Amino acid sequence: MLYREAGQFKASYEADQQIFPILQDRIGVMLLIGFFALAVPLFADQYWLKAILIPVLIFSLAAIGLNILTGYAGQLSLGSAAFMAVGAFGAYNFMLRIDGMPFLVAILLGGLCAALVGVMFGLPSLRIKGFYLAVATLAAQFFIVWALVKIEWFSNYSSSGVITAQQIEILGFAFEGPQSKYLLTLFVVVMMALAAKNMVRSTTGRSWMAVRDMDVAAEVIGIRLMRTKLTAFAVSSFYCGVAGALYAYTYIGTVEPEGFNLDLSFKILFMIIIGGVGSIMGSFLGAAFIVLLPIALDVFVPMLLGDLVSSSFVSNLQLIVFGGLIVFFLIVEPHGLARLWQIGKEKLRLWPFPH
Amino acid sequence: MQFFFEVLIGGLLSGVLYALVALGFVLIYKASGVFNFAQGAMVFFAALTFVGFLEVLPGWTGMEEGGRAVFWLAFVLSLAAMVVLAIATEKFVLRPLVNQPPITLFMATIGLTFLVEGIAQGIWGANVRGLDLGIADVPIEYMMDNFNILISSFDVFAAAVAAVLVAALALFFQYTRIGRALRAVADDHQAALSIGIPLRHIWVIVWAVAGFVALVAGMIWGARNGVQFALTFTALKALPVLILGGFTSVPGAIVGGLIIGASEKLAEVYVGPFVGGGIESWFPYILALGFLLIRPEGLFGEKHIDRV
Amino acid sequence: MAREIGDVILKMEGISLSFGGVKALTNISFDVREHEIRSIIGPNGAGKSSMLNVINGVYHPQEGQVTFRGEVRRDMEPHKAAKQGIARTFQNIALFKGMSVIDNIMTGRNLKMKCNVFHHALHWGKARAEEIEHRKKVEEVIDFLEIQNIRKTPVGRLPYGLQKRVELGRALAAEPSMMLLDEPMAGMNVEEKQDMCRFILDVNDQFGTTIVLIEHDMGVVMDISDRVVVLDYGKKIGDGEPDEVKNNPDVIAAYLGTSH
Ligand SMILES: Nc1ncnc2c1ncn2[C@@H]1O[C@H](COP(=O)(O)OP(=O)(O)O)[C@@H](O)[C@H]1O
Ligand SMILES: [Mg+2]
Repeated sequence: MLYREAGQFKASYEADQQIFPILQDRIGVMLLIGFFALAVPLFADQYWLKAILIPVLIFSLAAIGLNILTGYAGQLSLGSAAFMAVGAFGAYNFMLRIDGMPFLVAILLGGLCAALVGVMFGLPSLRIKGFYLAVATLAAQFFIVWALVKIEWFSNYSSSGVITAQQIEILGFAFEGPQSKYLLTLFVVVMMALAAKNMVRSTTGRSWMAVRDMDVAAEVIGIRLMRTKLTAFAVSSFYCGVAGALYAYTYIGTVEPEGFNLDLSFKILFMIIIGGVGSIMGSFLGAAFIVLLPIALDVFVPMLLGDLVSSSFVSNLQLIVFGGLIVFFLIVEPHGLARLWQIGKEKLRLWPFPH
Repeated sequence: MQFFFEVLIGGLLSGVLYALVALGFVLIYKASGVFNFAQGAMVFFAALTFVGFLEVLPGWTGMEEGGRAVFWLAFVLSLAAMVVLAIATEKFVLRPLVNQPPITLFMATIGLTFLVEGIAQGIWGANVRGLDLGIADVPIEYMMDNFNILISSFDVFAAAVAAVLVAALALFFQYTRIGRALRAVADDHQAALSIGIPLRHIWVIVWAVAGFVALVAGMIWGARNGVQFALTFTALKALPVLILGGFTSVPGAIVGGLIIGASEKLAEVYVGPFVGGGIESWFPYILALGFLLIRPEGLFGEKHIDRV
Repeated sequence: MAREIGDVILKMEGISLSFGGVKALTNISFDVREHEIRSIIGPNGAGKSSMLNVINGVYHPQEGQVTFRGEVRRDMEPHKAAKQGIARTFQNIALFKGMSVIDNIMTGRNLKMKCNVFHHALHWGKARAEEIEHRKKVEEVIDFLEIQNIRKTPVGRLPYGLQKRVELGRALAAEPSMMLLDEPMAGMNVEEKQDMCRFILDVNDQFGTTIVLIEHDMGVVMDISDRVVVLDYGKKIGDGEPDEVKNNPDVIAAYLGTSH
């Protein structure tokens, strides 16, 4: 009886249009953010912060980016990792070449670079759709990584394009330990997730979905296909770009272009398939799942099978489990974990009276 | 000029291999409307299974290592494996997803790619293996003497195999009952049903045929560059080939393959040095992209206006 | 009726359209007057839908010209047509399947909304006010069509008849001056048809919206149309007031000749 919608009548459209119209949800989200912002940095150990929480947050952001393009606007992309790379190298160069560049501005500018490049590679989407576009995004994937390796200026003439992220400093405070880096990541990701949620529930989001669901009808209503698709490419790449910058600055530290390879793009795609295509919440769930799964396999498989297994067995098992899960989710729950979460909530709404 | 021709011919021959992968793709797309991203993984799977059997069969059966009997037994067993893969794919992936949007099926084949790669390496291990088909990889003397051009006999063999394969498929589609059914299903599912072959069987057959094409492509490719995971990346270049040639056109796959193969090698040799090299990794994609902007329907595709 | 039929606002002249070898429309001319209900009838494949598609620019004819409110064009562009006040429903429902009823209808307001993506990302002040203002308008449409109880339902889950109604709602939300309706009553039972008829007449009457209607039910067509165009095999075989058309020998032949 705790989770109820009954009795909460909405007196205005404004109330009806809130992100979380049900009071308990609002409280829940506040508690969740409070937990991750206050309790976690106090109690989580270094390993959890560095190897799990920070990457989950960063990949959630990238997954939101891909979800905007693929889940909301219906344009399949296999090049998300390349846009992360643009963001990372963009931010690096702004930090490197402009004295006194504030860190937050640098990652936003990195994101803007990614958005620009995204728009360029999004241009073909005006004439081609579906699989054709997916192949076009592969062009972005391979070309961008190549360019970042070959054009040495981007990595300040280091060998094979490796860059080392500079020290983060905001208003004189140096972000060194995992705690502070985690909090910084959390702040950026939560803010951007909120903005994403705002976009997808407004005219922008409705236009994206209209183009996704039926582009001819969208055009007939007066939605400009070109503008709508390119906006989706820009916003999506911006999100991936900022995620890439965070990846370099608060997670890995030293990155090379080859690190942003096709495999990483697939991983992000898997996050949205498993988490939920067309769901901001699902982006978080999917990212957590895909980050945690290999770790769980690494820990539990040897535990169950003992010394029988080699590490290559585990890595092949990973491929099989990933592939199998993708097919499984597409068949059984195409809306992913986000949908399961919703079903769970609906059950809860009836609890403790199942009828 | 000789050098130009050598590069061109080398490119055309690698294009033959792209064309073979693309061919498997086109077959599946025509018959089931599925954009099979896993075709490259199938090539890898087939090649790995083949060399795997070559390795283990002498031990199991006491046959002479490297002998003709082992070769053919391994070939037949690999083919059987591809048929099993086709059946499993139909049963566990395609059938449950029937009537889903094409993009869902496409993503499912990405999942299938990982699955197939994992299974292949799980069974046979991940180390790089050489494959010797017993065809000499030496320059043809005649061409050397008369035109001073270096062409490997192996490459000519590969091209010949590809040509035979394409011809055989053409005959198969033209003159067998199943072939006609497959063509019919590409045009109209209802019509195919009236021929009396269940759609499911048609899918299995076409995936098996694509598996066969993958096996041939994998063997040739493996013999040239070794059987290794990198094969899956090279196989990805079949995608720009398809864009060039159109998803539904067999001649398109072949012409597209040749164009991509030749142009990427020429570009690498003549443009590469000015930009730091390694442009083969992206050139086919950018070429295909540029081409799309001019002719979205591909070389041989028809212009299509959405019906509303 | 209170409404008064005005001047010609849409003029199609010598329209020819073909797909590959198929001639969908051959040298067709007709016009539509302000505030009237103008029907297009004809057997399946006659080119009726293609005609609507030419009017709002989804298809581009090889020959002919379209004059709308004085502006002469060879081709319309769909969004330009929308901007000039032409709204549209489709023969095979073209709703946005992944969205709720309310969001579908909200998309109809798209052209009237001014905020950009940055406003939306922040969702402050202006963007929020705009959303609420347009939501009010959409609620009016919902009330008009009597679909209050399915507001939040994903359209994919609705029965066919209701989907058609939502599609009409989406078109209405744009407050168009002209609506193109492609078989809005196809596949409906008698009751649903009556409702739909009432909505169309009300829209025409209350808002003065000009209506171009494709419909197979002759009873309905002859009842509510001011003038009727008859197409057959892409050619125009009749044009005029319902009574006139009904007695046109070519039309009778076409209709007796096909199995209807
Ligand atoms: N997008 C299209 N591509 C190819 N042919 C089309 C297309 N749209 C319509 N046609 C053809 O044009 C002709 C007229 O179709 P249509 O306008 O839908 O007729 P109606 O609406 O009167 O039933 C038909 O022969 C149809 O097959
Ligand atoms: Mg029609």
